[in-house]
This record gives sequence, structure tokens and C-alpha cells, in this order.
Amino acid sequence: MTTKKSETKSSGKFERPDGRKVNELRPIWAKVGVVPNADGSAIYASGDTIAIAAVYGPKQMHPQHSQNPEKGTLRCTYLMNSFSVNERIKPGPNRRSMEISKITEWALEPVLMLKDFPSQVIDVHINIIQADAGTRCAGINAASMALAHAGVPMKSLVTSVSAGKLDKTLVIDLDKEEEDFEEGEGPTDIPLSFTGDGKITHMQLDGKISPAQLKEAVEMARESAKEIHKIQVKALKDSVEGDKK
Amino acid sequence: MITPKINGDVIKKYLNEGKRFDGRGFDEFREIIIEPNVSKKAEGSARVKIGKTEVIVGIKMDIGTPYPDSMDKGNLITSAEILPMSSGRIELGKPGFESIEIGRITDRVLRESGFIDFKGLCIKEGEKVWNLYVDIYSINDDGNLLDAAGIGAVAALKWARMPKYDEETGKADYHEHRDELPLDENVPISLTFHKVGDHFIIDPNREEEDFSETRITLGSKKGIISSIQKGESHQVSVEDFGKVLDRMEVVWKEVLKSIEKQIEKNKK
Repeated sequence: MTTKKSETKSSGKFERPDGRKVNELRPIWAKVGVVPNADGSAIYASGDTIAIAAVYGPKQMHPQHSQNPEKGTLRCTYLMNSFSVNERIKPGPNRRSMEISKITEWALEPVLMLKDFPSQVIDVHINIIQADAGTRCAGINAASMALAHAGVPMKSLVTSVSAGKLDKTLVIDLDKEEEDFEEGEGPTDIPLSFTGDGKITHMQLDGKISPAQLKEAVEMARESAKEIHKIQVKALKDSVEGDKK
Repeated sequence: MITPKINGDVIKKYLNEGKRFDGRGFDEFREIIIEPNVSKKAEGSARVKIGKTEVIVGIKMDIGTPYPDSMDKGNLITSAEILPMSSGRIELGKPGFESIEIGRITDRVLRESGFIDFKGLCIKEGEKVWNLYVDIYSINDDGNLLDAAGIGAVAALKWARMPKYDEETGKADYHEHRDELPLDENVPISLTFHKVGDHFIIDPNREEEDFSETRITLGSKKGIISSIQKGESHQVSVEDFGKVLDRMEVVWKEVLKSIEKQIEKNKK
């Protein structure tokens, strides 16, 4: 187990283990067009968390009885690599990954015009290569970029970030060491996803927080999402520039 | 047995006028009834009825090994199964996502609230701990299985008695149940707000739930939120979410009152 010593200095000022400011994101790296076979793809890295997403479709849904004649289906598969964490995880889906797959669908669906694709399916495959907390957020960010890269009509991108609380201090983008923080009130992790105009499409929470502080945390996350959104847009623009050359 | 769209339109029209079909307020539960001892073989069990919705929850315990990251703590394993008997619309086969999600959300309501003292479930650090299984089965689904599962889990845990640990065999002796589980006196509450049309309501019946566009489950203890799950894909504005939190601060006390009254009444 990693050390979890108190980072609160005698001055009473809270310090994060890696020295980040409370609202500072980990370094982000993003690029689209990383899986040549896919209709769209993206890699999104936040600190030591790395996610790849690939989109296939919209295409005819098979088998036929799974088709929905009223609207298209978004099908997301979130999968962590067996070697993405310290203790190897058994390959293949489990209850956690199934839940995150569903959460990812719910997070992305509001920006897609699925009614325009009856009986079709859009497959989004997300693979976590390296995990240092915030994998569902990284996966959603990569998936959203991959959908745009595939040319799927979207009202906006979806941007995901986790707000959190370490003891009594609100912070943005928890890493694994912070997720395991055990001082005082411990850690609270609040992964959130937003549309381009700041509506919530996904929210989960584990920890301990008052309703008043939670409202504050959501606002903080909304601000940080704007920063990530810029990086997503830039990566997409860069790929178009690259094509022109 | 799919609810016709026209029912949904009328439900939404009513909500715009501040009304629900059964005359309840937006923040009003149906009558909650909790009974103990559904099954003698379980370490503890409960039947929860919310209106016509019914779930049963059983607690079983056995001896296990601790996880590497919690060598001095017992294990909680929560599962839920929506039984085919509970409505005409369920297809047979392996558990669907809805069952998995109910299990996972209930697990987090229990775990994150600090309701269970996991260190109290340690027998020998690093070697032997109690496995605590919370198993949820739906009997009749008339909406809001999620909150029924949460209430049932809490009641069953409150009523449970631990089997004796047999030092000689190193196993659990199910002939003797004595001690209560190491629990906090404050119970966690699972409270789900559903967005139907333009309004958030709690405790939807089946027809209302069929037109729920998104839901927010808030797990809390003494008004402090310890778990959240937003389900389904409709977006929610930050302002609307703030209003849900404001309402939750009032409603949880009402729900707690009705749960605690019934748990106390049936205390062994």
C-alpha cells in the first residue's frame, strides 16, 4: 500500500501529493486517428491514465431482432487491460466494467442524433491501457472525440472530469494516490460528464459530502470541463490540418 | 405489458398541473412496510413493500480471506436479481444490466455511508474475515425497486445475527446466532429522484418509471451524501440538480422516520 501521510502543513494549507493546485488538471495528451481500421478513434491521456477509443458505425445492427426501428443504438464497451493496474485483473468483462460501459452510453447519448439512424448501431470500444484513477472519465473523453472523428453527427462533444474532496478540501481530477487518501473525512470521488453547454449527462459519487459542498464541486468540475473541451477540440482540428498537408 | 405512450403523455400533463395519478405529492413515498424473518436460514432477512412493489433481502455470512488492500476488514458482497415472477415483461436468462446495477448501487449505499464497521468483521488480521453477503430478490415490480432494495438491505442487516465462529474447525457454526452485526446506529437511505417530463418525482410506480428519462439515486446518512448514481441518458442542468439536492435535504428525514419506526417495531 502507498503511504497516506497527511499533506496538511502546519500553516493549515492543504497540499496535494503531486503538488497540483486544487483546480489543476493532470497533464493531458490527446490525439485522434490512432486506430486505422476504425471509422473514428482517439487516445486520451490524463497523467498516468490512458484510454483509447475506437468507433465503428453507424452500421446495420445484427442480429436483426436487436434492431430498434425508432432510433439507432449506441453500444459502448469499456474494458480495462489485465495489465493496466498493479494487481492483474482477469481479462474480459465484469460487473464493474459492464456498469461503466452503460454509464458511458448514458453520458454520450444526449449529444447524438440517434433518431436519424433507425435500426443501426454505433459501436464504441474503449480500452484502458494504463490506469491511475479517472479511467471512466478518460474513456468518455476519448469516446466523444472518436465519435466526432468518425463524423457521427453530434450536438456537441461530451467532456468528463472527476471532482473530488480530500478530507475537507475540494479538488479536481483525483489520481490513484488521492483516491486512496485516508486522512480526516477521506476521499470523495465525483466523476461528472458535461455537454458543450454545461449540462450534466453523467454523475456518480462515492465518499462523504454535504449537499452545499457538492454543489460547489459540480461548479468546479464544470469549469475544468471547459479546459478539457478546448484540448479535445484542438486534437480534432489538428487531425484535419494534418490531412490537408 | 409495455405502458402505452398515451399514458405517459397524460402522466406528464398531470405533473405539469402538480398532480400524480394516485394523488401523491412529488416528494411523497407510497406506504412502506418492512417485515423481518422472511427466511429462517438467513442470518437476517427482510421483506419490503412500497405500495405494490415488493423485494426480499437476505443476509448470509461465511468465513473468507481479506482482500490485499484491506487485511483487517471483512468483505461485503451485494447482489440483486430481478426475478421473472415479479412482472410479465422480464425475459429469462442470465441477470440483465438492471439487476447488476441495483446490486452495485445498493452496495455503494451500504459501503460508502460507513454503516458497516468492516473492521468489526475481521477475525484474524490478514487471514480470516467474515464475508457478508447481501442478496436482493424482487418479488413484485411496481416501480422503484432501487429504493426498495436499499431499504430492505438496511433492515435485513439491522435484524441480522452473526453465526458463531468455531475456533476448532475454523468455520461458521450456523446453529448458534448471537451477536448483532457491527453497524452504525444511523442508517443510510437510498433516495431516487426520477425525471418525468419536466419534473422530478420520487418513488415512481411502474407506469411513471416507464417514462422516467433520467434518475438520480442519492445515498445518504444523516443528510451527508455518500453515493450518487445518475442513470439513463437524459441530460440535467446544474441548476436542476441543485434543486434535487435541496429537496433531498427535506425528504430523507421523512423516509428515515418511516423506516426506523418499522425496524424498531420488529426488533428481536
